[in-house]
Amino acid sequence: MLLAAVEPAWYLILASMLFAIGAVGLLIRRNPLVMFMCVELMLNAVTLTFVTFSRMLDDIGGQAAVLFVLVVAAAEVVVGLGIIVAILRRRPAATADDLSLLKG
Amino acid sequence: MYALDPLYLDGVGLAEVLITVGKVLITFVVLLVSVIFMVWFERKVISDMQNRIGPNRAGPFGLLQTLADGMKLIFKEDLIPGRARRFVFLLAPYLSVIPAFLIFAIVPLGGTFHADDPGIVTIAGHQTYTQLADPPIGILFILAVSSIAVYGVMLAGWSSGSKYPLLGSVRATAQMVSYEAAMGISVAALVLTTGGLSTRSMVEIQASEGFSGIIPNWNVIVTGFVPFVIFFIAALAEMNRPPFDLLEAEQELVGGFHTEYSSIRFGMFFVAEFMHPITMSGVIVTLWFGGPSGPQWFGPVSGIVWLLAKMFVFLYIFVLIRGTLPRFRYDQLMDLGWKILIPLSLAWLLLLAAINVGRDAGWNLGLTIFVSFVVIGGTCFAILTRAQEVSRQRRELGEVEV
Amino acid sequence: METFIFLVAGAICLVGALGVVLSKNPVHSALSLVATLFGIAVLFVAQEANFLAAVQVIVYAGAIVVLFLFVIMLLGVDQSEDLDVEPIVGQRSAAFFVGIAIFFLPVIALASTAWEATGMEGNLGRLSDGGPDIEALGEVVFTRYLLAFEVTSILLVIAVVGAVLLAKKSRVSEELEIEGLYEPAVAEPSEPESDDAEADA
Repeated sequence: MLLAAVEPAWYLILASMLFAIGAVGLLIRRNPLVMFMCVELMLNAVTLTFVTFSRMLDDIGGQAAVLFVLVVAAAEVVVGLGIIVAILRRRPAATADDLSLLKG
Repeated sequence: MYALDPLYLDGVGLAEVLITVGKVLITFVVLLVSVIFMVWFERKVISDMQNRIGPNRAGPFGLLQTLADGMKLIFKEDLIPGRARRFVFLLAPYLSVIPAFLIFAIVPLGGTFHADDPGIVTIAGHQTYTQLADPPIGILFILAVSSIAVYGVMLAGWSSGSKYPLLGSVRATAQMVSYEAAMGISVAALVLTTGGLSTRSMVEIQASEGFSGIIPNWNVIVTGFVPFVIFFIAALAEMNRPPFDLLEAEQELVGGFHTEYSSIRFGMFFVAEFMHPITMSGVIVTLWFGGPSGPQWFGPVSGIVWLLAKMFVFLYIFVLIRGTLPRFRYDQLMDLGWKILIPLSLAWLLLLAAINVGRDAGWNLGLTIFVSFVVIGGTCFAILTRAQEVSRQRRELGEVEV
Repeated sequence: METFIFLVAGAICLVGALGVVLSKNPVHSALSLVATLFGIAVLFVAQEANFLAAVQVIVYAGAIVVLFLFVIMLLGVDQSEDLDVEPIVGQRSAAFFVGIAIFFLPVIALASTAWEATGMEGNLGRLSDGGPDIEALGEVVFTRYLLAFEVTSILLVIAVVGAVLLAKKSRVSEELEIEGLYEPAVAEPSEPESDDAEADA
């Protein structure tokens, strides 16, 4: 093999890159749906970290945590999309900025 | 329960790679050819039911008709509508056809799984399973692939940039996502009974000695028919076969999601549409009807003969359903999925769980079944009557439109 | 072999992640997200988390992103966004620096830590006992984490109820509709809202 063996650290670096991209996306995008997708991206980066540590430390607890993250993500998407639908139905072109109207 | 394919036990070299590639090619070609015959078979049977002759020009009995149609499709002009989202439009047919192929990879194809025929073939001195892949997650792979199959339909409809395909794909999405839940719960009942996920271990269990030597140990009997019926109906809906083919209801939606497609891109949707019954009947036979297991009446090929015979029965049933049942209305479709199939499959899952717990704890089997029937049935009945009462009250108060 | 898989899957993940952030069209963002999810599922398989990989595909790709796309199509909010305008001056560069910081924080922590330092072994159950990951996972979830597991089921029920309430038309909007003040842009989003909750349960 010409390539070096994979170190767990590679997975962690990849995960932190994904997390950073998701965070930047959350900060710069204005479409609520895309912002939501960026949150999912960050969640996925975290699950990748969990699985990597699970293998590194030879402990199933990390994988169990991922299972719970998945469930929470599902619940979060259900409610979050419900809210976004409720907003977009009234104002089809709403962006995150428009929500400041709630201040009155 | 799970064991690795003997092919990969001594490391992976050139021979192993070549054998794997060969298995992939065989599976792929056999599936493609069987699609050609499936189309012909479906047209012939339906035309028989409708007092027509059906295809009879190309080749003997019109067998080559599909081939001729395919040639025609390839040489037709490939149109891309001006308002289409080009990239997604070109991508969607592939997303539709690949999942249809993938599911077949985990169907065991041969061997009766008796002691002297354990479903292993020897190719050039290497032993390997008679299935393309046996992942440890087995059934979950089926669920995963069938859950991504929705993308092809959905993106095809959206990217066409036209009203009817969009409506068709929104319908399809709602339908497939709804029925996936029922399908998943019925599969959970199956996993609860067999205690394993790998399709191969499932076939092994089903090939073992059944009740009183005559009735086979098939999952359809062991789980008590209901999960199978739910799985079958959900599979029909997942495949978008009639009576659940609302996404291409001609009277309402022209051609549904593939209205704007032409030439070979349409051909891909067509292939996917006719491959789904084949792969799905393979999955149904593997999960519920013992796969290729059976008496060894035909020597070394008895496994594949049994598999094909069982699959053929289901293909015929699929065609019969297409030829006889009228299409569901959209609200009926949703009612069936959410108000009947999901509660029923959940209740049956609880029942099977109770039986399993009872077996472990050494309770009386008959009593366990009786008590759990009473408890589950009573709870369901109470919830149902309460829900009906509440909805009646609210109707009287005029809170909701009927 | 694992190096090759890691490089390919990691590249898919990164390209997908960039696609989510940089695509003008929300549908393209969602498709890029699917690519990332698949890449992560492959990385799960590479790390012997087969069950989680399958669940990742079923829940995320099969339910959550489908739900996203469904909402986008249903509401017709699929027009491209103009990304050239920067609503708050300096926001992008600030976000970029925050992102760099977020990336380097774990990396610095990683570089400055010796992993064998504590010498602690996992006490929940070994991965390397030989059994499939799903069995070890099932044992942990249904014994030690049973309470957490039950709580997540309650969470899912709450989410379903919340989604139904949000999707229901309120009386106020109905009255406004009669007066012609409020026009719902599209039809009611129906059952699929609650679906992935069901699929998980």
